[in-house]
Amino acid sequence: MKQLFSFIRKEFYHVFRDKRTLLILFGLPVVQIVLFGFALSSEVKNIGITVFDNAHDNNSEQIINKIKASPYFLFKAPVKNYADIEEQFKEGSIKCALIFPVNFAQELARSGRAQVQIIADGADPNTATILVNYLTAIIADYQQQLNPTARLNYQIIPEVRQLYNEEQNGSLNFIPGVIALIFMIVCTALTSVSIVKEKELGTMEILLVSPFKPIMVLIAKAVPYLILSIINFIIILLLSVFLLHVQIRGSLPLLFAESILFIITCLSLGLLISNVTNSQQTAMLISMMGMMLPTLLFTGFMFPLENMPKIFQFISYIVPSRYYYIIIKAVMLKGLDFSYVWKETLILTGMSLFLLTVALKNFKTRLQ
Amino acid sequence: MSEKAIICKDLTKQFGDFKAVNKISFDVGQGEIFGFLGANGAGKTTAMRMLCGLSFPTSGEASVAGFNVYKQQEKIKANIGYMSQKFSLYENLTTFENIEFYGGVYGLSRKEIKKRGEDMVTMLGLANEAKKLVGELPLGWKQKLAFSVAIFHRPKIVFLDEPTGGVDPVTRRQFWDLIYEAAADGITVFVTTHYMDEAEYCNRISIMVDGKVEALDTPASLKKEFNTSSMDEVFYQLARRAQRSGD
Amino acid sequence: MKVLSFILQKEFRQIFRDKTILAMMFAVPTFQLIILPLAANFEVKNVNVAFVDYDRSTYSQELLNKIASSGYFRIVGNTISYTDALEMIEKNEADIILEIPNGFERNLVREGSQKVNMAVDAINGTKSAIGGGYLMAVLADFNSSLDVNIKSPKSSTIATAPRIDVTYSVWYNPLEEYKYYMVPGILVLLLTLIGGFITALNIVREKEIGTIEQINVSPIKKWQFILGKLIPFWIVGIIVFTIGLTVMYVVYGIFPKGSIPVLYLFAGIYLIALLGFGLLISTFSNSQLQAMFVAFFFMMVFMLMSGFFTSVDSMPAWARQISNLTPVTHFITVVRLIVLKGSGFAQVKMEFLYLVIFALLLNGAAIFNYRKTS
Repeated sequence: MKQLFSFIRKEFYHVFRDKRTLLILFGLPVVQIVLFGFALSSEVKNIGITVFDNAHDNNSEQIINKIKASPYFLFKAPVKNYADIEEQFKEGSIKCALIFPVNFAQELARSGRAQVQIIADGADPNTATILVNYLTAIIADYQQQLNPTARLNYQIIPEVRQLYNEEQNGSLNFIPGVIALIFMIVCTALTSVSIVKEKELGTMEILLVSPFKPIMVLIAKAVPYLILSIINFIIILLLSVFLLHVQIRGSLPLLFAESILFIITCLSLGLLISNVTNSQQTAMLISMMGMMLPTLLFTGFMFPLENMPKIFQFISYIVPSRYYYIIIKAVMLKGLDFSYVWKETLILTGMSLFLLTVALKNFKTRLQ
Repeated sequence: MSEKAIICKDLTKQFGDFKAVNKISFDVGQGEIFGFLGANGAGKTTAMRMLCGLSFPTSGEASVAGFNVYKQQEKIKANIGYMSQKFSLYENLTTFENIEFYGGVYGLSRKEIKKRGEDMVTMLGLANEAKKLVGELPLGWKQKLAFSVAIFHRPKIVFLDEPTGGVDPVTRRQFWDLIYEAAADGITVFVTTHYMDEAEYCNRISIMVDGKVEALDTPASLKKEFNTSSMDEVFYQLARRAQRSGD
Repeated sequence: MKVLSFILQKEFRQIFRDKTILAMMFAVPTFQLIILPLAANFEVKNVNVAFVDYDRSTYSQELLNKIASSGYFRIVGNTISYTDALEMIEKNEADIILEIPNGFERNLVREGSQKVNMAVDAINGTKSAIGGGYLMAVLADFNSSLDVNIKSPKSSTIATAPRIDVTYSVWYNPLEEYKYYMVPGILVLLLTLIGGFITALNIVREKEIGTIEQINVSPIKKWQFILGKLIPFWIVGIIVFTIGLTVMYVVYGIFPKGSIPVLYLFAGIYLIALLGFGLLISTFSNSQLQAMFVAFFFMMVFMLMSGFFTSVDSMPAWARQISNLTPVTHFITVVRLIVLKGSGFAQVKMEFLYLVIFALLLNGAAIFNYRKTS
């Protein structure tokens, strides 16, 4: 036991001497939280819009003013012809244009109906649909303004509540994703590289000839990263609570227990990877590129899983972070208890055991 | 005195409070085989790196091939050869490709490289291995190859940092045969080692202890001075006083 | 110059013997370009709606049918209990709850207005957010269809109330296919990954093996060494870009609307900037792990801020500044403009200027920082 501790202590020294990697290790989640919490959002805002006003009358002016006042749009200089609209689209300064016909006010007064045309940039289809909706709403609003007495009859007014995020904080759904990503990368990549480095340097053989049991070597390698990941997790939680005002609704002990389980799964994956390769470069490439992509794609926090082709959905079943993501969402953000996540927990436990067994067996056979 | 290949006076390298190399002074004549001895951690490699233009001295003076180590490093580099402990040949290039690269870097024309390269490879007995990747060669051959590449451009001085580590005595002797040939051609050889028997092969040696030069003379004179018949003993007596050891 | 040719010869030989790089050049682009757009789909479909109908009237039924037939939604529950619906959200079976209160139809006819409750699972992110928007659009549509069908005492004023009809057309990608948006972005991602990592790893590996020392002790000049690294990897990058463009056309049928030479011009400058960045990282790193981590950190931040996942427009001002300071942002903008809108050089010359400045700054910093003597 004492030997194990001294081994683990040596591993800690290795880790803490590499200040730059440590900086990135802790800096990465902090930066991501700040970005996702404050900078990134899938909202549609500040969309560049230009107006081709053929009418230049009172009505068109008023509509234009409404657009200028709207936070959704950023009004760019008005244009005088179609060609200019195209030019501005091609420069990327606008994403939509509004066109008023020549007799806008007259038509409105005379027959009670007039037309306006919206041109939307279809490059980003979602933005296009949403901004058409916004513009239409602004115009409908103006229409309402013209006739305060004649309400649009039969108004169905939806009142929207954001469940679990009443305060409407940025992109909450990314926090579980960030956590899963960091664990995956840190635990898997760092652990596997650390072991392979010893293999490359030749010091691994020395360790194996020593009285250490092979499993102790693996444990000693993994423990520092386990501790670092837990610290990282605490930092992320603290940031979420104090910086982003996220409420941790669920039970903290359960949250920690599940997170430690997932960390162990990632560490086991790292151990397995270190078995199959002898070069640091390959270990890194497999851990980071190889694991990062499936984690990003198939966890479900970036892109909705239901939209993917069936084969990808199958693949996502073997990606551990998918289950962790569900657990974290449920426990941390929705405040649910264990009965809702027992299935996922079981699967993660199974995965960890499987990976650990294979890694250990593989490690032993390589010694023969 | 531009006849001397290497001159240094009070050369020092300091890292914080730690003086890795502490005011060493010596000179090396042209064509000499100069052994630079010392235990691990004595400061040999640090001193050599300063002479090669790889690191700036903290203080003191030195000139290599007549050029100043502070101001004329690139001129020095054009006139020296170097073989490091890891002997830096590209393992995924063939023997000949390595020769080609280093020859070109030192300014030889393709024709010269081809001719000299073929001669060298034949002389080393590597004619059959010329197209093989260096990574596949056994250690002894790699070492000889690395040395030959280091003097391929006929530099005035060649610096060798522990060039014979890890091979059997026969291979080491073959290596030293190459060194003798180079010296006979007029190349000054500056070699660091901690094999004391190799000290006997040198014209003069110096022994570094704790960053200082504690002995500087021919092997014969040193043995007489310390009243012993083996260089091992000389070294042992000096190194016993050392505070620093280990890399 | 002659020395440079020897250096280039050595570099190219090494590149072609390195299986990892070759795999990265060919396998990775193809793989990424095929897999990513399939998975990375922000399209809104199959949004699961739990319908809680306390009214059970003709209107509520019509509303239900309208939602069900819109094509975006899946009705996963039709209950009379909000608690049941909430349970479905907790179990991730539903994304949105639409609650129709008791008296829906009656109030609508009598008072002319009625509130309904929509609860969106905010943790399900993009899907729910956009799904919520679409659901509101369906409601608005339902709204207007009601007007036409029902007469009411107040309807006499309707005839004279001015109405503005809105028509819209969609330029560039009129079918609004998501791949047109994603694939060019993924091409940029590809180039960024390769350009950013390759030089950093390569040089740090030489540091670790010790061959850098041999270079430092030789008369190789700084500029020869740096060009010797930049040129081969630049060529690799251009090859990858070409493969990417080919896959984009063959697999997705996307052919750039604008000028291909201009596209290559931008790719070329962008690569120089990125490779310079990798070079800069290598001067600060001592081990491959460090280099990889540092490169990964910056690449991730760049990609997030670049407008690839979320739009730059929606960022707060300070974030937009940062976004403008990254070369990725400008390159993505340009690629999308040229490929989808056919923009010409004149329209994107500002972005070109930015990229040139980046290339100069990054490479300049790298050259300044690289020391043959320590």
